[in-house]
Amino acid sequence: MDVIRSIEAEGLKPELPEFRSGDRVRVHVRVVEGEKSRTQVFEGDVIARKGGEGLKATFTVRKTSGGIGVERVFPLHSPNVQKIDVVRHGRVRRAKLFYLRGLRGKKARIRERRVR
Amino acid sequence: MVEGLIGRKIGMTQLFGEDGRVTPVTVIEAGPCVVVQRKTAEKDGRESAQLGLVDPAAAKRANKPQRGHHEKAGVPPTRMRREFALIGDDEVKPGDAVSVGIFEGVSNVDIVGTSKGRGFQGVIKRHGFGGGRATHGSMFHRAPGSIGQSASPSKVIKGMRGPGQMGNQRVTCKNLKVVRIDEEKNLLLVRGSVPGSRGSALLIRRSKSGAQAG
Repeated sequence: MDVIRSIEAEGLKPELPEFRSGDRVRVHVRVVEGEKSRTQVFEGDVIARKGGEGLKATFTVRKTSGGIGVERVFPLHSPNVQKIDVVRHGRVRRAKLFYLRGLRGKKARIRERRVR
Repeated sequence: MVEGLIGRKIGMTQLFGEDGRVTPVTVIEAGPCVVVQRKTAEKDGRESAQLGLVDPAAAKRANKPQRGHHEKAGVPPTRMRREFALIGDDEVKPGDAVSVGIFEGVSNVDIVGTSKGRGFQGVIKRHGFGGGRATHGSMFHRAPGSIGQSASPSKVIKGMRGPGQMGNQRVTCKNLKVVRIDEEKNLLLVRGSVPGSRGSALLIRRSKSGAQAG
């Protein structure tokens, strides 16, 4: 297992903001369109983090766009995920917020968590 | 030169490309190996080399015939030994070390391993049969169904797929792309999966079919 860890270590991002499920984040994603590449921002609530500390870790961001729920799964260490801004911390009581999928409007709000 | 060597599966992970594309890779501890015996056309009817996977714990386990066999080559005992064909004109002698370096410049390899044993399995898991309806009085769930006709031919044709042992057999994965070679740590990274569980033994050979650059 150590061998795998040492291989993964090369690809790990040295600095990542601390965030967990329930936090609202702004993810800057590199989008390649033909020859050009530009940065797109996807803002929403983190509803899951998977994969622990390794290179395979991912997180799921959910937002509601025009009344329709949109979820995107990002590989945490992907070079296409250029920056993650934590907009606000949320107070939630579970690690995976899949229950939000069944809620809309006021019910789908997440209480804010005061930090320090 | 020897066409391949013995290795051990370590596990899988993934690597990111520049464009963010993910490559699934299997990490293999390939070698180091030593040549334990050189087989020749005059004596053994073929030109090949028997390699042994260097294993520090093997010295304690080796019995007398094994010790003698290794002493002839002047190498410490090994537990896992396999024969490999020779390629090129370079002479191979007993006692020679063989490392992952032999795959330098090789684009694809074939890997032989023993698949994970699944025990005695039915036809759905083993051969992907469809099975029947679970409810509505179907009375046909996971059975294989008809295995042939009646009076003619009056027998089940050979090779009919049925339940039986699944897995734990020799499997060859051909044309796996070499992603990275780390000679210092004896590591070989290939794209995709490889038969067997973590820690299981693998035979790695230069690919025989397909494109082979270098």
